[in-house]
Amino acid sequence: MPPENSDKELSVAAIRDGTVIDHIQNEATFKVADILNLDTGEEVVLVGMNLPGSKAGRKGLIKIDGRELTLEEVNKIALIAPRATVNIIKGYRVVEKRKVQLPEQVEGIVRCINPNCVTNKQSVTTRFDVLESSPPSLRCVYCERTVSGADIILK
Amino acid sequence: MLQSGDSVISIRDFDSEEIQQVLSVAARMEREDNRDLMRGKILATMFLEASTRTKLSFMSAMLRLGGEVLDFGDTEHSSFKKGESLSDAIRIVSGYCDVIAMRHPWEGAARLAAQIAGLPVINAGDGANQHPTQTFLDLYTIQKVRGRIDGLSVGFVGDLKYGRTVHSLATALSRFDCRQIFVSPPTLRIPAGLLRELEEAGVRYEVSEDLVSAISKLDILYCTRIQRERFADSLEYERTKGAYRLDLALLERGGARDELRIMHPLPRVGELSTDLDDTPYAVYFQQARNGVPVRQALLSLVLGKE
Ligand SMILES: Nc1ncnc2c1ncn2[C@@H]1O[C@H](COP(=O)(O)OP(=O)(O)OP(=O)(O)O)[C@@H](O)[C@H]1O
Ligand SMILES: [Mg+2]
Ligand SMILES: [Zn+2]
Repeated sequence: MPPENSDKELSVAAIRDGTVIDHIQNEATFKVADILNLDTGEEVVLVGMNLPGSKAGRKGLIKIDGRELTLEEVNKIALIAPRATVNIIKGYRVVEKRKVQLPEQVEGIVRCINPNCVTNKQSVTTRFDVLESSPPSLRCVYCERTVSGADIILK
Repeated sequence: MLQSGDSVISIRDFDSEEIQQVLSVAARMEREDNRDLMRGKILATMFLEASTRTKLSFMSAMLRLGGEVLDFGDTEHSSFKKGESLSDAIRIVSGYCDVIAMRHPWEGAARLAAQIAGLPVINAGDGANQHPTQTFLDLYTIQKVRGRIDGLSVGFVGDLKYGRTVHSLATALSRFDCRQIFVSPPTLRIPAGLLRELEEAGVRYEVSEDLVSAISKLDILYCTRIQRERFADSLEYERTKGAYRLDLALLERGGARDELRIMHPLPRVGELSTDLDDTPYAVYFQQARNGVPVRQALLSLVLGKE
C-alpha cells in the first residue's frame, strides 16, 4: 500500500518500484527525458514541470515506473541538469539517492562547436573528455577543441 | 610506450618517457644502417591536402628502411572527388598496406581513420589541429643541437595564435622542465587556453611583445611565419612583419648567447634573414632533414620493427 503522504508531488503519482529524477533545472526537463529516450520505452513516465523547488525556484521532476535507471544512464544528464538527484524507489520508499555526476567521457550527447571537426563532416558519434565537471569543460576527442559554458551544444 | 599496432595521432597522447623513446630510436636510425628493416612492408600515403615536404619525407623514410610506398593521390584525382566518404576510403586503403600516413583538412580525421583502419595510422596533419611528426622532429632537433631538452629556455616568435606547430611543441615541452617565452604582436598572441594548460602542468612561461629584450634569455628560438591573411589592414601587416623579423643585427642587439639555436618549420618568407643561414645559430635546414630519421623511428615502432 502507498504510504500516507501529504506531499503534492507524491499524490500525483506514487510508484512502487522505479526511479524519480528530482531537482531538474526547470527548462531542462524535456531535454532530460529526451536524452534518456524515455519516449521509446514501455514504462509509464510522468514528467512534471514548474514544480515549486526549494532554493532555485521552479524545478522539473520525472518519475519512471518500473525501471531502475543505471548509473551510466543517469550520468548522461549531468551536463544539462547538474543539480539533479536520482532516487531509486522500492516498495514505495526511497532506497537510494544519488547526485548525478559527469562521467570521464561524454558520448553522443554533445555536438562539437568546431565546424571543421570530422564529427560535423561525417556521421561519427561524438566523444568528449571531461576536463572539469563543474562548471563543465569538455575536450573533443577528435578535433581537441575545448568547450565550456554556452559553447557546449547538445545534439 | 609506443608499441606495434599503435597509431600516432596527437602529441597529447605522449608523455615524456614515450617522447624520449621515439627520440632515441630516431638517433639510432640516423646512426645505423637499417635498409632491410621494412622489407615487405607497405606504407600508403593519403595526402588529401597539399604538402610536398612532409609527404616526401615520409616516403624517403620508408624507402630508406627498405619498405615500399603506395600513394593514394591528391584530392583532385582521388575517389573523394566522386563523393566517397573518408571512412570508406580508409577501409579500402587499409587492405592494401601495413601503415597509413594521412593528411586531411578536417580536424580529427586521423583519429577517426585510426579507429576504422585496423592498422597503424600516422597523422601527417589534420586541419588546424595536430601534426605530431613535426613536433617529434622539432624535439629531436632541440635534443640534438643542445644535447638535452630539460633545463632549456625556449622562445617562440611570430604567429602564436594560429600556429599549430607552436601549440603542439609548447604542449610537448610542458612534459619537460623547460621555460617557455612567447613573443608576438598582441593580435597574434598565444591562446589563453594553451597558457592555462601550461599553468596546470606547472610550466614557467612569459608572454611578451618585445623580441629584442627576450633574446638574451634563450637557448632555442622557434620562429614562425606571420601570414598576410591574418591582417585586415596591409599596412598593419607590414609594420608587424618588420618588428618581428629576425636577423644577425637583432641577435647582436639583443645580446644572444653563443649557444642560441634558431629553428623554423619552413618555408620562410622573409621573417628569417638569410644572413643567419651560415652562422652557427641556424639549425633550420638540419631541422628539416631530421624529419626523415624521426619518421623512420615512428614507422618502425608502430610496425614493431625497431
Ligand atoms: N513512492 C514514490 N513514488 C513516487 N515518487 C516518490 C516516491 N517516494 C518519493 N518520491 C519522490 O522522490 C523524491 C525524493 O523523495 P524524498 O522522500 O527523498 O524527498 P526529499 O526528502 O525532499 O529529498 P530531497 O532532499 O532530495 O529533495 C521526491 O520528489 C518525492 O516526491
Ligand atoms: Mg525535496
Ligand atoms: Zn570536435
